[in-house]
Amino acid sequence: MSLIFQKSGILATIQDLGRNGFRRFGINSNGAMDKTAVRLINILLGNAENEAVLEIHFPAPVLEFRENAIIAIGGADFGAKIDEKPIENWRPIFARKRQILSFSKKNSGNRAYLSIKGGFQIEDWLNSKSTNLAAKIGGFEGGKLKPGDRILFREKFEKRPVKFDYFISNSLIPEYKITPTIRMIVGAEFQNLTGSSEEIFQTEEFSISADSNRMGFRLSGKPLYLLDKIELVSSAVDFGTIQLLPGGQLIILMADHQTTGGYPRIGHIISADLPVLAQLGANDKIRFELISVKKAEKSLLNFEKELNFFKIGCKFRQNQYSRR
Amino acid sequence: MNGKSPKIFPLGDAAVTVDFGNEISLELNEKVLRLAAFVEITQFPGFIETVPAYSSLSVFYDVLKIRKAFPEFETAFEAVKNFVETALENLSELPENEPRLIEIPVDFAEQHALDLEFVASVNNLEKSEIIEIFTSKVYRVFLLGFLPGFAYMGELDERIAAPRKDAPRSKVPRGSIGIAGRQTGIYSLESPGGWQIIGKTDVEMFTPENENPTFLQAGDSVKFFSV
Repeated sequence: MSLIFQKSGILATIQDLGRNGFRRFGINSNGAMDKTAVRLINILLGNAENEAVLEIHFPAPVLEFRENAIIAIGGADFGAKIDEKPIENWRPIFARKRQILSFSKKNSGNRAYLSIKGGFQIEDWLNSKSTNLAAKIGGFEGGKLKPGDRILFREKFEKRPVKFDYFISNSLIPEYKITPTIRMIVGAEFQNLTGSSEEIFQTEEFSISADSNRMGFRLSGKPLYLLDKIELVSSAVDFGTIQLLPGGQLIILMADHQTTGGYPRIGHIISADLPVLAQLGANDKIRFELISVKKAEKSLLNFEKELNFFKIGCKFRQNQYSRR
Repeated sequence: MNGKSPKIFPLGDAAVTVDFGNEISLELNEKVLRLAAFVEITQFPGFIETVPAYSSLSVFYDVLKIRKAFPEFETAFEAVKNFVETALENLSELPENEPRLIEIPVDFAEQHALDLEFVASVNNLEKSEIIEIFTSKVYRVFLLGFLPGFAYMGELDERIAAPRKDAPRSKVPRGSIGIAGRQTGIYSLESPGGWQIIGKTDVEMFTPENENPTFLQAGDSVKFFSV
């Protein structure tokens, strides 16, 4: 069972929820930028939440199914079509042998995910299928997909399932705004900002620069200043760490960030808002809202609770169908 | 504990950092590694991983699992902070890290020593003197970071310290030995980089197919020799 890449698109890679446990060796976690989208479509298909998916940027690949498959697309809406027929995100879709999956235009978001029921056949590297682009390892041959590449998948389906009408409720599907307010908690050097910089940080808009990528989102906005110059020795950083660069501009570290860094840490995006941030692209604008650690944890717990309901619901539907 | 008590602060909502004092020092790095060893061995529920750095240790955790395991704390952060504080109180009783001594061959030939001339000239020394001073000392691996298996080592003799390049190279060859300030490091992969390159080793710093994919680890002692 396989999928063939007729066109590769600008950047399509295999990712899962990340590689944990190796940061102390300089090996960062990588993984999907928008982990919520990945979890939702994997649960929808009855896969493990951490099943590897294809992360797609626009311009997107053109794919041919070599066998029947059940797929779901989530995250960005790139106007997916099977042959010439538009298909919806966040639903299980039956794709027939020889059909072509393509993406016509960028409607919302910047990263779409393709999951396949039963999962892709990808080997683990250090317990994860995520692609480490810098080290050229993990995922599909350590890199982005190229024209002519063939990814195997594990399950095939003779015919479309009889009952096939479930989908993800709107309350769980994130809304991808282009000017969101992103919540964050203060970083160790936040207190070193000058009074006026602190105010600018909390009230002004910052726009995502074109030279942003999976390693980091560079922001452009009014420059920020520290009370005194700070020299920091390198220490751990994380997905969502907001650093102040020497020129006064900010960078938010994303999924492919390095494990350690030495720029002043102004803040950290809360876990619950990372997926929203991850769907932004060049020229989108954000504002920061400062919240407490307690509130940050609370929003994460609330989200996980909802996701858990969805998981139970999906399992129930999937069991119903398998009994028919 | 000797000296100032460390600062403990959130590194986002899923990690804490214990900062012993923002400096490159053997003593602080030793504390970092001892605390890391303690946390790794204890494996509290919800623990994910540690990242030891020069003078800080960061502990990554799963908020949900911590909240379930330690409901008596208002936040997962408080629970992990409390765990770390308890560990810190007992730090002096933990055994010291026994460093491995690792010898690494370096080829200082001109085609590999891209900036040896520069390092010599900023320090008013001959190239041979730079090599001699560089290879006469045992360095400590303070941390791995930047690239998989990239070891930050120090401290160099002040006489051979050199500033980073004004404009980083877009491609530093794999195996290159670099100097930045009083630090030295080995480029474990071909990568962009701004350190002054003084030589090259054939020893693989990063072997992805090995179970332990990196050659060095924090706490190692390293001695270079010329080949």
